[in-house]
Amino acid sequence: MNAPLLEVSTLSRNFGGIAAASEVSLELARGEVHAIIGPNGAGKTTLVSLLAGELRADSGAIRFRGETITNMPVHARAQRGLARTFQITSIFPEFSALENVAMAIQAHAGHSFRFWRPVTQNAILQQGARNALEQVGLAGIPERNAGEMSHGEHRLLEMAMALATQPALLLLDEPAAGLGPEETTAMVAILRGLRQDKGILLVEHDMDVVFAIADRITVMVSGRTIATGSPEEIREDENVRKAYLGDGVDEGA
Amino acid sequence: MRQLVQKPPGRYWLVFAAVLVLLLAPAAIAYLDQPFYLDVLMRLMILAIAASSLNLILGYSGMISLGHSVYIGIGAYAVGIPAYYDQYNGLLQLALALGGAGLFALVTGLICLRTRGAYFIMITLAFAQMMYFTFVSIEEYGGDDGLVIYARSDFAGLYDLENNVRLYYLVLGCLLLTLLLVHRIVNSHFGMVIRGAKSNDRRMQAVGFPTFRYRLTCYVISGMICGLAGWLMGNFTGFISPEMMDWTRSGELIAMVILGGPGSLFGPAIGAAVFILMETVLAEVTIYWHLYLGLLLILVAKFGRGGLGGLFQRNRGTP
Repeated sequence: MNAPLLEVSTLSRNFGGIAAASEVSLELARGEVHAIIGPNGAGKTTLVSLLAGELRADSGAIRFRGETITNMPVHARAQRGLARTFQITSIFPEFSALENVAMAIQAHAGHSFRFWRPVTQNAILQQGARNALEQVGLAGIPERNAGEMSHGEHRLLEMAMALATQPALLLLDEPAAGLGPEETTAMVAILRGLRQDKGILLVEHDMDVVFAIADRITVMVSGRTIATGSPEEIREDENVRKAYLGDGVDEGA
Repeated sequence: MRQLVQKPPGRYWLVFAAVLVLLLAPAAIAYLDQPFYLDVLMRLMILAIAASSLNLILGYSGMISLGHSVYIGIGAYAVGIPAYYDQYNGLLQLALALGGAGLFALVTGLICLRTRGAYFIMITLAFAQMMYFTFVSIEEYGGDDGLVIYARSDFAGLYDLENNVRLYYLVLGCLLLTLLLVHRIVNSHFGMVIRGAKSNDRRMQAVGFPTFRYRLTCYVISGMICGLAGWLMGNFTGFISPEMMDWTRSGELIAMVILGGPGSLFGPAIGAAVFILMETVLAEVTIYWHLYLGLLLILVAKFGRGGLGGLFQRNRGTP
């Protein structure tokens, strides 16, 4: 009865002669955590960029909440409820933590052709930003300059920016990359808390994180999806073993 | 700690003192019988308006335009060309200046803003030079030699600009209005978007801002404010030539902004003041005064991050 939240069908994108994504198809339902795993260079980040709109597909289609968004610009997809975090932290380093999050909320609070009133007087933005910071455990440092925060705090800040817009779908590109064990545990707890009302597409290298929270896993190798299934199925899959999980890592770790 | 939502400039007393000095200056100049200095101050304030408008795009949105003086030219020709046809209506001229500058910014911005960095600089330069040579080639309006404007803008006799002191106070009023406008804009919702786009445009789009239209709007506002400066300049000098649009003039505006501090509210005005004072004082001593300006620029660039305008603000904007 319910159409999937996200429906990707035979999505392809070439760079020169190299197929970074080749006929990728996958589905993601509301409330589901769908993890994409695969060795370096498998096309995971390309896939995220295609979904977010930073790259355009050569062929194939993306449907999001029943609407075709294949050729939509980045901001229009974001407006429709698609939020992302970046593999390499992408924040506003000159702004405070609170302002970083307030900026994300402002993007979803109508147009910003408002030239006169100070933005600091907008209580909705300020309160929403405080709530989102609290949600990721950064409540204590709203005034801190984002550029001066630690790597782990940056990952959390990006998460807060994504959450503050109350997206329907989160595209998370290695949210746990570079985090210490405790920070990783905290991140997993946050992701667990989010799953019930959103869809999450998770690209992650840390298999502990993936198997801890993923409902479904798709394995990519050289731009192709070679398997999709539950964590158990993927663990048992012979192709996956060969290509990725063990048995001679040939494409670099 | 730097903060991008700026507190009101910290050193109010310096600002009040500066405004007070500017308010009382005409009386003092009349008393001393040195009308030359009234002209110096007017030129200074007009360029301060132009530099502040450039700061809006250069300092707050990270767009380095090397063609900004074209808007001074447009504003000044909006006085000169109607005057050539004996049309001195001030409101008409002002509307032409703002409208012409805004339209030029809109059309060129649609193209320039699709580029970044050095390409943006080159395209703004190219458009400005196109205007420059267009006006050089129009013989009707004096070509290279320019136009003499025999009478200043007329406001139905309500405010007589032929009186230099009146013009002075109009210029001062426009400067204060510009500073207030820039202050409100950069701290508004809109300001947050353009400063965010300067900081990380990719991120801005990812959170859902169509940044292009905001940056374009900012570009147009900046052009219009500079058009206002041009309108004042045309009235002030009583003469307009393509030379006002030359790219070296744009370079001088950039120098003022860098000198005073890009991204600070009063920086460009201070930069303009320093520039004009150096020009006035040093030019009497040596024709090579640009050498000293260059040295000062190097010092500010090397050691004074945030520029001289930092003196006026406790919490600085973007460096």
